[in-house]
Amino acid sequence: MSGELLQISGLRAGYGRIEVLRGINLSVKKGEKVVILGPSGSGKSTLLKCIPYLVRPWSGEIRINGLVVNPDPATLRRIRASTGFVFQQYNLFPHMTVIRNVALPLELGKGMSRREAEKIAQSILDVLGLGELAEKFPLELSGGQQQRAAIARALAIDPKLLLLDEPTSALDPELRYEVVETLYQVAKQGRAMLIVTHELDFAEAAADRVVFIDEGLIVEEGDAKEVLERPKKERTEKFLRRLRSRL
Amino acid sequence: MDISRFLFQILPYLMEGIPVTMQLTLLSFSLGLALGSVLAAARVFGSKPLSVFSRSYIEFFRGTPLLVQIFFIYFGLPAVGIRLDAFTASVIAIGFNSAAYQAEILRSAIKSIPEEQYLAAESLGMTTVQTYRFIIFPQAIRVATPALVNEFVALIKYTSLASIIGVAELFRRTEYMVSYTFMPEIYLLAAAIYLAICLPTSQFSKMLETRYAIPGYKRALV
Ligand SMILES: Nc1ncnc2c1ncn2[C@@H]1O[C@H](COP(=O)(O)OP(=O)(O)OP(=O)(O)O)[C@@H](O)[C@H]1O
Ligand SMILES: [Mg+2]
Repeated sequence: MSGELLQISGLRAGYGRIEVLRGINLSVKKGEKVVILGPSGSGKSTLLKCIPYLVRPWSGEIRINGLVVNPDPATLRRIRASTGFVFQQYNLFPHMTVIRNVALPLELGKGMSRREAEKIAQSILDVLGLGELAEKFPLELSGGQQQRAAIARALAIDPKLLLLDEPTSALDPELRYEVVETLYQVAKQGRAMLIVTHELDFAEAAADRVVFIDEGLIVEEGDAKEVLERPKKERTEKFLRRLRSRL
Repeated sequence: MDISRFLFQILPYLMEGIPVTMQLTLLSFSLGLALGSVLAAARVFGSKPLSVFSRSYIEFFRGTPLLVQIFFIYFGLPAVGIRLDAFTASVIAIGFNSAAYQAEILRSAIKSIPEEQYLAAESLGMTTVQTYRFIIFPQAIRVATPALVNEFVALIKYTSLASIIGVAELFRRTEYMVSYTFMPEIYLLAAAIYLAICLPTSQFSKMLETRYAIPGYKRALV
């Protein structure tokens, strides 16, 4: 088998009658970091959510590690055990402490005891510099801390592919930095990442590839530096120019 | 007014009604909670017919007077061969009525948990049952608690309607005393007793709320 971890072909999806993704082909290799860029409403979140079937595709095929994603519960469990998802709004469970948030998926998904799970959870929190916050509740933390805790939670099950949907865009500029630092740290761990983000510095420094999406189609994709510095398509160029002028 | 008569004769007589009032309240509230949970579940998870049934039940019991429901169960059911004593009939009527309100409280608490919580749970590989058990219900019950305690306090007062079919609870005893002594100020005494029960219950509710509140929740809402 090739080094492909994720293979998406002919993916179409939408809400009600509105088609949002109009035929996406995309693959991610083991350990590869891919950044997705695109204007608001272009379907970036929908694309990410289709991968672990949080949004059900209309047609097309998604393969993770050779396994074709389908709605069968056993398959979905395996797929979701190999993908971690980080949401724009963190979506931590507010009624549980940070460490419970991180440990629970291990207990439920991997059948670990509470002690085992919390030991692993604590070590992940320690690595991400959140060790001190383990016993706090999510809403007692700053947005940046919440998002880092959410990243820890997604990492707990040791997914092969980490999906991140604009992990910094809900944060005030001064809080983004700490999350971006965490992203760099995670990127170094060798795990494949598919990230929707407009942090161009991060994309340039950490991504292998950049994919530009508009109106539900991939407009351009290629080596991160190539696309960011010398985009071939006019739409990509315009988008990047507008993004940079906003910063 | 004769204070000693008030203290040693009237007050103890009224107070004997308190356990009956509390039994009526506790039993009908529990019945309401059990039935209300089933009705809420039927609305949230049930098939179309189940959900429609539950909705009709709720509309019916909220849309007709409790007094009519008590009369119907006590005086109406014997016509079809179901004869209940006044206490049981009251518990059933008040419990069935409260079930409608409690179902709505529970349903809207479940509905108040944002879609994102389901998505997060799903993304972590939780099954539907696990999602409800560990993520949705624990949050929903906190949302519902203040309204459920309000309902409980309301029931303490509504149980006075059971006096009309002869249950010897607090208000029935009050009425009896008033007609026996011709002292309408006894109504004030009854009101004071109801207040003395309801106020601490509301306080208890506030304590529960603070104790089990999700830390930081209020701050997040503003
Ligand atoms: N749950 C939903 N129900 C209906 N329509 C939706 C839903 N989620 C997204 N949409 C619509 O689908 C389109 C694509 O949305 P999506 O969230 O995938 O875009 P996006 O590229 O992530 O945008 P943004 O940068 O604003 O996050 C938008 O027009 C949006 O309004
Ligand atoms: Mg989005």
